Amino acid sequence: MKVKKEKRKKRIGIVFCTMVYLFLFLPIFVVVTNSFNATTRKPYLSWKGFTLDWYSKLWDNTALLESFGNTILIAVLSTVLSTIIGTLAAVGIYRYKFKGKGIINALLYIPVVIPEIVIGIALLTIFSNANIPRGMLTLVLSHVSFSVPYVIFNVRARLSGYDKSIEEASMDLGANRIVTFFEITLPVLAPGIAGGALLAFTLSIDDVIISYFVNGQTKTYPLKVMESIKSGVSPDVNALSTLVLLGTIVLVFITQSGILSGKHKKV
Amino acid sequence: MSKISKHEFKSNTMPAIVTVGPVAVLLVFLVVVPLILVAVMSFCQTDEYYNVVHKFTAENYRKLVSADYLKIYGQSLLIAFFTTVLCVLIGYPFSYVIARTKSKKKKLLYMLVIIPFWTNSLIRIYGWRSFLGNTGWLNSILMSLHIIDEPISFLYKTGTTVLGMVYCFIPFMVLPLYTAIEKLDGSLLEASSDLGAKPIRTLFEVIIPLTASGIFSGCIMVFIPCLGYFFVSNILGGGNTDMIGNLIERQFKSANNWPLGAALSIILILVTLLLVKCYQKAGGDMDNLGV
Amino acid sequence: MGTIVELTGVNKLYGTNHVVKDLNITVEEGEFLTLLGSSGCGKTTTLRMIAGFEEPTTGSIKVEGESIEEKEPFERNVNTVFQTYALFPHKTIFNNIAYGLKMKKVPKAEIKERVLEMMEMVQLSGFENRYPSQLSGGQKQRVAIARALINRPRVLLLDEPLGALDLKLRKQMQLELKRLQKKLNITFIYVTHDQEEALTMSDRIAIMHDGVVDQLASPTEIYEHPATRFVATFIGETNVYDGCITSITDGIATVTLENGAVRVKCDSSFSILEYATVSVRPEKMRFETKPQDGFELIAIVKDYVYVGSVLKCIVSLPNGNELKIERLAGQELPPIGSVIYPYWAPEDGVLIHNDSYKIFKALDEIKLA
Repeated sequence: MKVKKEKRKKRIGIVFCTMVYLFLFLPIFVVVTNSFNATTRKPYLSWKGFTLDWYSKLWDNTALLESFGNTILIAVLSTVLSTIIGTLAAVGIYRYKFKGKGIINALLYIPVVIPEIVIGIALLTIFSNANIPRGMLTLVLSHVSFSVPYVIFNVRARLSGYDKSIEEASMDLGANRIVTFFEITLPVLAPGIAGGALLAFTLSIDDVIISYFVNGQTKTYPLKVMESIKSGVSPDVNALSTLVLLGTIVLVFITQSGILSGKHKKV
Repeated sequence: MSKISKHEFKSNTMPAIVTVGPVAVLLVFLVVVPLILVAVMSFCQTDEYYNVVHKFTAENYRKLVSADYLKIYGQSLLIAFFTTVLCVLIGYPFSYVIARTKSKKKKLLYMLVIIPFWTNSLIRIYGWRSFLGNTGWLNSILMSLHIIDEPISFLYKTGTTVLGMVYCFIPFMVLPLYTAIEKLDGSLLEASSDLGAKPIRTLFEVIIPLTASGIFSGCIMVFIPCLGYFFVSNILGGGNTDMIGNLIERQFKSANNWPLGAALSIILILVTLLLVKCYQKAGGDMDNLGV
Repeated sequence: MGTIVELTGVNKLYGTNHVVKDLNITVEEGEFLTLLGSSGCGKTTTLRMIAGFEEPTTGSIKVEGESIEEKEPFERNVNTVFQTYALFPHKTIFNNIAYGLKMKKVPKAEIKERVLEMMEMVQLSGFENRYPSQLSGGQKQRVAIARALINRPRVLLLDEPLGALDLKLRKQMQLELKRLQKKLNITFIYVTHDQEEALTMSDRIAIMHDGVVDQLASPTEIYEHPATRFVATFIGETNVYDGCITSITDGIATVTLENGAVRVKCDSSFSILEYATVSVRPEKMRFETKPQDGFELIAIVKDYVYVGSVLKCIVSLPNGNELKIERLAGQELPPIGSVIYPYWAPEDGVLIHNDSYKIFKALDEIKLA
């Protein structure tokens, strides 16, 4: 009887989880399906048969492609910048004693905790007060400002299990500081840095709210989508989303299996 | 080379400046100063061209207590509250099952929660709109099955906005819960049942107290950003389910009354501070809020 | 044989915290020198100054006659075995051990040969491609030692290298380390807080206490002739009595304690009316049921504890102090509670200069003023 009960409990669990997954994937299913919809009438909702046209038409929609290019460019730039700044900061905060450390630590939580819209309007305010023309530059700066804390948290988590004496050991064995940094410090922190960078990239690509306030005339992909929502999202946008989704899934599986079979073992 | 500069093991001013300097500059100019400017601006007036004039007024704050706005605050809190509660109710059992599964697919199950979030969130919310709209999938299916004769309007209801919010924020609930539940020592559950507790007692006496930190941080990570997610209620609520985020957005975009928007933001900041203080009082660790 | 490491007047301050005070140590080539002391006594700081991770506030450190304070750790011909092993988690065992040679740009073929040879020496053959996380504590320890020794340093610094191992493994590794040291004829400077470890392994021991070396001598010397009260109590079990020398005749001093006078051998450095401490090891203590010549101690038997072949008698003096006296098991014993008279052969006790008299003197001067 007990076994039966266990089994029933397990089955309820599976059913419940499946429902949650369905919930999570339902709109994606809608997006993917709509990208094959042959309809040409706004708001592109009723099903008019299967077509791959939108995937070829996509390449003619230069405004959309340009916005996508902007998104990628901003994501790459802000990820590189925030990863460098964040890694340096995490190492510095971990290693050195200085005045104001507590303040910096506290300030790091602000972009994480405060609603994005507040960060967005605050950045808009400073850029307009400082007469910085809104566009690529302000977008990158804004994205850096909200992703740096995440990079720092990730690297810091890695540092908390970090034995400083391995750097001393390296120097003891004849490696100078620069060699030690590249041979020891960086590789050991690499998973944390990579995790932080990945998070920064994800946050940047998907950011709507903050970009919405600081973009000026520059359109990012999410903002382009936002613009088109009023008139109905055309299937080529869905097609692009489907391609991006496919790309990320492939990327994720490559990196995940890479981490699984990789030789870097946990400390 | 001088002795001090060569042996900088202890002298750490220079390396500290080099490593922490950039982030300090960033935090000052892109976080602290902007927020101070917002606070200052909330006391400013606008001229007839909607330009911010640096003249003191408390008018913006007076406007904040108008009946229309109070209604929207109430609505915001309500939506955020139901979103948080639903996220816990759905997220907890879900996280529990995937965190305690012994199957090798655990990692995959975990990844499956995150993958949807690599598709642009607007697109996904729009997917819901396509699904729920009058000519959307759900109505089409229901009509073709002759369950209903006329489309039901699912959109533009508070419930729909809550659904969209739950959809947006459920991973922020699942991730901390998953971490907390995974850390839970299985022998504690055995000990509890060994000592005579029925499963439901074990749940309330052992499992939930031990994973409370995950629930707390999940709630903070859902409730606070929810207040500012204006686009969800734009797309699914169509103006009927405005939240404080929508108000702010409008002041900075269409209505072009920045000082009023700034004052509204100050409310949001105060709510955030209050909740974070409560969270810390309850023993919450700030580090758990970083995803 | 000659001097290989020389510390002269070395001081180390962290802010106002004086961690190492005016340290003078010379280490002979090929010797096994241990810095022994409890935590916070400055022993690890001393080691780190030799390695180059810390800089002396004042004083000089010479290795092979050459001042090295100006040299970076990676320029010094000394290597360290760290307490936490400090193995590189992202490198295989082979690459961990090869690291130092790689830094010296030794040809690849030679690196391989030397690493494999070293791995055999520390009994780790076959572990080349493992990662540190896949090894047990003892194996990690061997890797740490191999990684340092492969560079053929003139001096090997070991910072509590066995601290993290369990007792059995620690004993085994103690012997192995000693064997390696003799075989390779490398100078070892070894830091530990474990006195037994220090006594079994070292040629000489420097006992550190509050940043000062109390005594630097061979294990036997330290055990039998402790130079300070601290050394006497720190090494092995002992009974100490503080008192004042009241007379000296024929190299035997009579020391008056709170509980009465005792007799102990003394040298010419002591004078009458000097405050001094008498230290007597439990195994040197004796007692009878009737008073002994020259000894005025009276005690009551509190308890007997059997420790294998010997029997520990716990007796208490009138002022409440307890003494430990060891006897061979199987001897007839007075019942618990009976009065006994502890004594010892005067040459079995050690007389130690007692610094505390300085405090009394200072107090007296303040009073007089």
